[in-house]
Amino acid sequence: MFEYLNKRQKLPSITSYRSLSPIARREMRNGLIFLTPWIVGFLAFTLLPTLATLLFSFLDRKVTDSILATPHFVGIANFKQLVTDPQIWSTGATPGSLWVTVRFALIALPIGIFFPLGIALLMNNPNLKGQNFFRSLFYMPYIVPFVAAIYLWLGMLNPASGWINRVLAWLGVANANLPLWTNGTSLLTGVYPAYVIIGIWGLGNAMLIFLSGLQGVPTELYDAAKVDGANSWQTFWNITFPMISPVVFYNLVLGLVGIFQYFQLPLVINQGNGLPGGWTMFYNLYLYRTFFTYQNMGYGSSMAWFLFLVILLVTIVLFSTAKYWVYYAGESR
Amino acid sequence: MNKLMKNKKLFKGVNVLFVTVLTTAILAIYLAPFLFMVFTSLKTPTQIAQLGSPIWPAKPAAYSYKGADLEVYKVPAATCAGSNPNDKSIKNLAAVKKGRQETTFVDPANAAAGEFTCKVSWRALDRPWSWAPQWANYSEAWKAIDFPNLMGNTTYYAIMSEIGVLLSCTLVAFGFSRFRFPGRDFLFTILIATIFLPAFVTLIPTYYVFQKLGWVGTWLPLIVPTFFANAYDVFLLRQFFMTLPRELDEAAMIDGAGPLRVLWSIIIPQSYPVLMAVTVFHIVFAWNDYFGPLIYLSTNRQAWPISVALPTFNGLYNTEPQLIQAASLMAMLLPLILFVIAQRFFVQGIVITGVDK
Repeated sequence: MFEYLNKRQKLPSITSYRSLSPIARREMRNGLIFLTPWIVGFLAFTLLPTLATLLFSFLDRKVTDSILATPHFVGIANFKQLVTDPQIWSTGATPGSLWVTVRFALIALPIGIFFPLGIALLMNNPNLKGQNFFRSLFYMPYIVPFVAAIYLWLGMLNPASGWINRVLAWLGVANANLPLWTNGTSLLTGVYPAYVIIGIWGLGNAMLIFLSGLQGVPTELYDAAKVDGANSWQTFWNITFPMISPVVFYNLVLGLVGIFQYFQLPLVINQGNGLPGGWTMFYNLYLYRTFFTYQNMGYGSSMAWFLFLVILLVTIVLFSTAKYWVYYAGESR
Repeated sequence: MNKLMKNKKLFKGVNVLFVTVLTTAILAIYLAPFLFMVFTSLKTPTQIAQLGSPIWPAKPAAYSYKGADLEVYKVPAATCAGSNPNDKSIKNLAAVKKGRQETTFVDPANAAAGEFTCKVSWRALDRPWSWAPQWANYSEAWKAIDFPNLMGNTTYYAIMSEIGVLLSCTLVAFGFSRFRFPGRDFLFTILIATIFLPAFVTLIPTYYVFQKLGWVGTWLPLIVPTFFANAYDVFLLRQFFMTLPRELDEAAMIDGAGPLRVLWSIIIPQSYPVLMAVTVFHIVFAWNDYFGPLIYLSTNRQAWPISVALPTFNGLYNTEPQLIQAASLMAMLLPLILFVIAQRFFVQGIVITGVDK
């Protein structure tokens, strides 16, 4: 899907339209007519709002202000506030929201790639009987409404009555040492691992994408590796991984874009108040509160644009690394 | 040679067994939360609060004797009058008269034997549990959360936005796959790039304008934008349309069919699987959508879909986890049924978006 973004494309223009033959002109007109819903929607719901957000970020405006109110420019005051806001940057006891997001991403992203990949490798094992059965059941939790899944997991993770702590108690963990999960700050048994557990329950989508990538690897390559005496570790890194690198890239890009905007889980679980101790005040949650709770549209807009620039930067870096490790079969290198 | 082949077969068999058992074990852990939800939703609040109670829905066993419901206890048989002092077994007995030194019991399995005493304090005894699912929890949750109204709202949202998505995305995907013109690929690149745009960058002014238009509190902000196509569904449909041979289109065009006619009579009849994939994905999306309804509908309680109602319900009934689990399970039911019926369309759709170029 993302290969398109690596190619330079020609802009549509009046000059190119003039150079066309009458038949080609009609084709262009018809094509554009069919694209109209998207073009109108793109202008009205994407391009214009994005520019409006940029404009708002230089204004001192509340959500309650009238649209026609005289704009009150404050220059770069919102951005000045942004670069010094401890609620974004602090790395102290009450972590800033950007630090919260980055820290969580460092834990959740690798697990979000390797766990579904591991399950997909297991599914793709020729020794597994009933692959379709397993594939469906591993996918199933993905389609469960996420709010319902949250309440299910809050029950599972309940320190007193949840099954996870009951299993730990049964394994001999003393009552006083049983983890607090969503109310704890331990990196091993606190709120982040709890979120990761809830997250990997929805790994179905990534798992299916990995699995179909694995099924597309030509078996001749494995046969050749076998003849050459490669062990399974060498086979994985020299054949499987390069061949599925496009789907790894796809999942990684979507995972990154998603994790920078992560906030719905803490919004529901901890009512968005950042408990325990600001550990769940993710950047996007802080942005949500700035805009919806405090109605501060100017500052919210500058935060939104800052997030946009961060995501843009990260994806550009990721795309520029792609040529070193992502291999598109059938493409001349 | 024969022996070697036999060994190889055996080795293969052991491998199959190992991998399949391992996968089954992981799957069991993975799906255990569903069982937790079902069990919890059928428990009494007393049982949930009681430490050490069984994980399955149960209530302490009782025995009805001479018009009274007696509590049943696990009694070491050796303490009872007239028993063998070396008897190590434990009997489930119903307590007739409770005492600190000795308790009078009757044996439910042998009521004819009459009452007898055992030298135990009833307080020190455990009670056996018997299977007792509380099916009434479901009807209670159904009424408390006003489920029919929520179902109606959620279904309305799913159907209306489904119409928007199918209409707009089919047209746009047809435009991207069947017409060649300068700049088309540029536009397509922009379409894909919108996936990277963080939601809040476009949400802030959109919400602001919708609020001034008086649309906040109505379904319009959620339904109207679906009529203007989205990147994922256009991509999915376009990829599929590209695989359809152009010969049929061309034949129809020679016969004088216009582009809309070609789309309706040639492309759509061949695209049943991908249209189904878009449909089921979107139903699940609409059913699960939380944030959109939250910001646009939270002021209008009558219009709430299930995803917005559930957290409020959780706040009101946080002392009754069984009702929360029952309501969550009811909220999951429709997507799960849809998945069971239409799983091949889900799989196909994901493969196209994730793996296709």
